[in-house]
Amino acid sequence: MKIVTLISDLIMPLTIIYILSYGYSKKINVYETFIEGANDGFKTVLEILPTLIGLMMAIGILRGSGALNLLSLLCEPFANLIGFPKEAVPITLMRLVSSSASTGILLDLFKTYGPDSFVGRFVSVMMSCTETVFYTMSVYFLSVKITKTRYTLSGALIANFAGVFAALLLSKYLWG
Amino acid sequence: MLNFLWGAMIFIGIVVAAFTGNMSEVTNQAINSSKEAVTLSITMLGIMSMWTGIMKIGEKSGLIKEMSVKLQPFLSWLFPTVPKNHKAMEYISTNVIANILGLGWAATPAGINAMKELQKLNKNKQVASNAMCMFMIFNMSSLQLISINIIAYRSQYNSQNPSEIIGPGLVTTLISTLVAVFYAKLREIKK
Repeated sequence: MKIVTLISDLIMPLTIIYILSYGYSKKINVYETFIEGANDGFKTVLEILPTLIGLMMAIGILRGSGALNLLSLLCEPFANLIGFPKEAVPITLMRLVSSSASTGILLDLFKTYGPDSFVGRFVSVMMSCTETVFYTMSVYFLSVKITKTRYTLSGALIANFAGVFAALLLSKYLWG
Repeated sequence: MLNFLWGAMIFIGIVVAAFTGNMSEVTNQAINSSKEAVTLSITMLGIMSMWTGIMKIGEKSGLIKEMSVKLQPFLSWLFPTVPKNHKAMEYISTNVIANILGLGWAATPAGINAMKELQKLNKNKQVASNAMCMFMIFNMSSLQLISINIIAYRSQYNSQNPSEIIGPGLVTTLISTLVAVFYAKLREIKK
């Protein structure tokens, strides 16, 4: 399993060096292009800041009221049955519905348990290998007015659960 | 979606607080969380700008275009009913590459255009075609190689090694995508 750790350490530097060399080989001004792209990213982050404030506030209220703990407690018997961390139940469900709301819960979990706790690591991996199924489906299918989606939902959910369980097993193996 | 969800979260939170007696905690959390969103954004400004800067080099130098050409044979296998030089193929490959590289803002418009082109090839306009089901399931199985935003969040909350989740994320993304393709292909054969 050393290889998984190795990938984590190497992939960013390798990606950066590959893109840079490619840019030089095509004789583009890499520095100016970098600044231009960084400027785009800067604007994007500023644009999502109000969303982030709204969602972190709402999740903060949920956490402060004890509602999140209550939901985790309710799911505890079932979660224990399959060896699932109960703190991760709300985020796993929310992940299917909304990307930004699940990000809000992710940040709350990092704050409450720390990103290097088992739950923190597990949800980091889980968030990397899943997508917001219901939101994506409604946006894409609505855009072409398709009403019968056949096996799309079942397929997306199966892939999602495969990702969640792969993340759980791998996290247990690496950090459990 | 969020219009309903956001209000519901706040509403539920305050009602539950009334029963559990955590009202002062609710006030504190609402104030502190909104403050925290701003500190978090400052970390994000650095990391995300760095990443989009690097990606811009990939875009301008033609690397992303080249990657989508290389992806062609695989996509032809995924979507046998879509003609090779059809516009749909172009949009699908742009969407897939953008998803792999984590360029969400570039992925969605291309994805919607891909659906519109697939709809032109579709015989029954209300029912999703095999190609549409495959595209959607594949797309929603998560394709992103490096979740730069998760790394940024981890770094903001003082992780000792924010990037340690890249490798596991990659392995699990591969698993969910394989399951997605396998399932969609299986359902295609069944019909």
